[in-house]
Amino acid sequence: MQHGDPPISLLRQLYRTMVLIRRFEEAVADHVTAGEIKTPCHLYIGQEAVATGVCSTLDREDYVWGGHRSHGHYIAKGGDIRALMAEIFCRATGCSEGRGGSMHICAPEVGILGTVPLVAATIPLAAGAALASKIRNDRRVSVSFFGDGATEEGHFHETLNIAGLYRLPMLFVCENNFYSSHLHLSERRVCDNIDSAGQLHGVPSVRVDGNDVLAVRDAAMGAVDRARNGMGPTLIECRTFRWRGHVGPSWDMDVGIKRKDDLKQWIDRDPIRLLREVLLARGESPEEVDAVETECGDLIEDSVRFAKNSPEPDPGQVLQHVF
Amino acid sequence: MRTLSYVAALREAHAQLLSHDSRVFVIGQGLWSPWYAGGSMQDLEKEFGRDRVIDSPVSENATTGLAVGAALAGMRPIVFHPRMDFMLLAVDPIVNQAANWSYMFAGKVKAPVVIRAVINRGGEQGAQHAQALQAMFMHVPGLKVVMPATAYDAKGLLIAAVNDGNPVLYIDERWLYAESGHVPEEMYSVPIGSAAVRRRGRDVTIVATSIMVKESIAAAEVLSREGIDCEVIDLRSIKPWDRDTILQSVARTRRLVIADAAWHTCGVAAEIAATIGADAFGLLRQAILRITLPDVPAPSSAALEPFYFIGAADVVSAVRRMFCGPLK
Repeated sequence: MQHGDPPISLLRQLYRTMVLIRRFEEAVADHVTAGEIKTPCHLYIGQEAVATGVCSTLDREDYVWGGHRSHGHYIAKGGDIRALMAEIFCRATGCSEGRGGSMHICAPEVGILGTVPLVAATIPLAAGAALASKIRNDRRVSVSFFGDGATEEGHFHETLNIAGLYRLPMLFVCENNFYSSHLHLSERRVCDNIDSAGQLHGVPSVRVDGNDVLAVRDAAMGAVDRARNGMGPTLIECRTFRWRGHVGPSWDMDVGIKRKDDLKQWIDRDPIRLLREVLLARGESPEEVDAVETECGDLIEDSVRFAKNSPEPDPGQVLQHVF
Repeated sequence: MRTLSYVAALREAHAQLLSHDSRVFVIGQGLWSPWYAGGSMQDLEKEFGRDRVIDSPVSENATTGLAVGAALAGMRPIVFHPRMDFMLLAVDPIVNQAANWSYMFAGKVKAPVVIRAVINRGGEQGAQHAQALQAMFMHVPGLKVVMPATAYDAKGLLIAAVNDGNPVLYIDERWLYAESGHVPEEMYSVPIGSAAVRRRGRDVTIVATSIMVKESIAAAEVLSREGIDCEVIDLRSIKPWDRDTILQSVARTRRLVIADAAWHTCGVAAEIAATIGADAFGLLRQAILRITLPDVPAPSSAALEPFYFIGAADVVSAVRRMFCGPLK
């Protein structure tokens, strides 16, 4: 990794966020395996550098939109961990009060107005929030996170065109993890060229190593700066890999040898280990770096305890929240 | 008393909303065209700027999604579909997203968006420029549906829809654009969920939607000359709909006819018939009649249209049928 000399405090902060996401997702996986979590969980393990790098460039008021695999976006944007874990346990204290589960989470206080699992559905919504910012001239930026599968939807192409045309203050962040459920990119596209989709619509596009948090952050910083200054949207393709199955805690060996080989290569490029090496090279001691593990572990343990001790939603309220 | 046409009332409602609320903007196809929106948006972009009256690319899905996203982010958008048929390309943002949003997030984030869609039947336009799909959207929890039948309601329901706080599908009818009526100059709201009795009568209640209100009033005049006194109720809101007003009327007339210029199966008329049939079973002298379109797409040829679309004559013959049977 070669990114000039980012301040050590920033590196520590990025490292902490990535570890927090990793340990959170591992805790979720354990509780799914134990049968205590039943809502379908799409784990972010392996992709932590993308949410972490992008969200590190945003302000609290900026908008973040996600999909079915958004625990990492929520945590990176600063959403409350207890409310997230409680929602994954479908409890009354969850961020969506048990109406959402893992796939419908929100933290409006930090700009997450909702993530939903319909593939690509939040791409135009993100553009709408960006349009709101443009009309109000409030300099907020809207970030749409989506997977490579979403680029096969009309939502993506229609929204790229409109966002380019109206110079909307937004980022299209494609987390290309090469698999849409069980299908490899090569089984869904003629060309491995997601980053070129922007050019057709006048949207500057860049491809980055999605496992290099500093590379992601650099790309996002440029894009956020352009968006805030009225220069319109940017498409960033972050090439990364999810370690677990499309849904659930399995290591997804069922989709074949090809993925097994891929997985080994990507685990060798663990985004957390890559940043750990940078921290050590910058003179941090292993003890200093690993101290964050205890802090994150405590936070997650607390969130699990909170979730388990929280009440189920009140059946008397099942009809609420619709006129 | 000031009189305005339905279309001028629509334009005035947009202008007043844009002028009084900086959160309001309009996006959709044809908004800068002198004819596309039938005069309902005439020159609004000149008055309020092209940043707030946005003529869009041919992307129903994305423009509707943009409107929904902007609503989630605190705006009060109106997204315009010059034909209801075109809106079907935007079902995901309307049904999956806007309608569900409040529930999915326990009311913490809402989607106060207005989706305006136009019905324009006839004129040899055929199957993809004439559909009246209110029932499909009435089916969806979280979505309100309104259909103004008068100039007064065209304005008052649009203002109510924008201020409602929930996603509202606002369906206007091109064939009513020239109809005139009393329209106050000030901003006012027509409450969503309340029907209006347009004609008092003793013998039969006709509940009608949109253009069928006008047609039913015309039918009632014909029938009154035959000694049948019809009460005509303008439903105005398709969802929620005003059960009480209909029940009160049926309690007096003890007969119910429902006229909705849309397909028969699972239609608005079916829903009202099932509900009133259950709630007023003991009051009804006769089976409830539905006057609807056949379950067939709209034809283009002017030779076929009169055998497909419905109007006053269909209401007259249905009510006559009702009174030809044995009176209990």
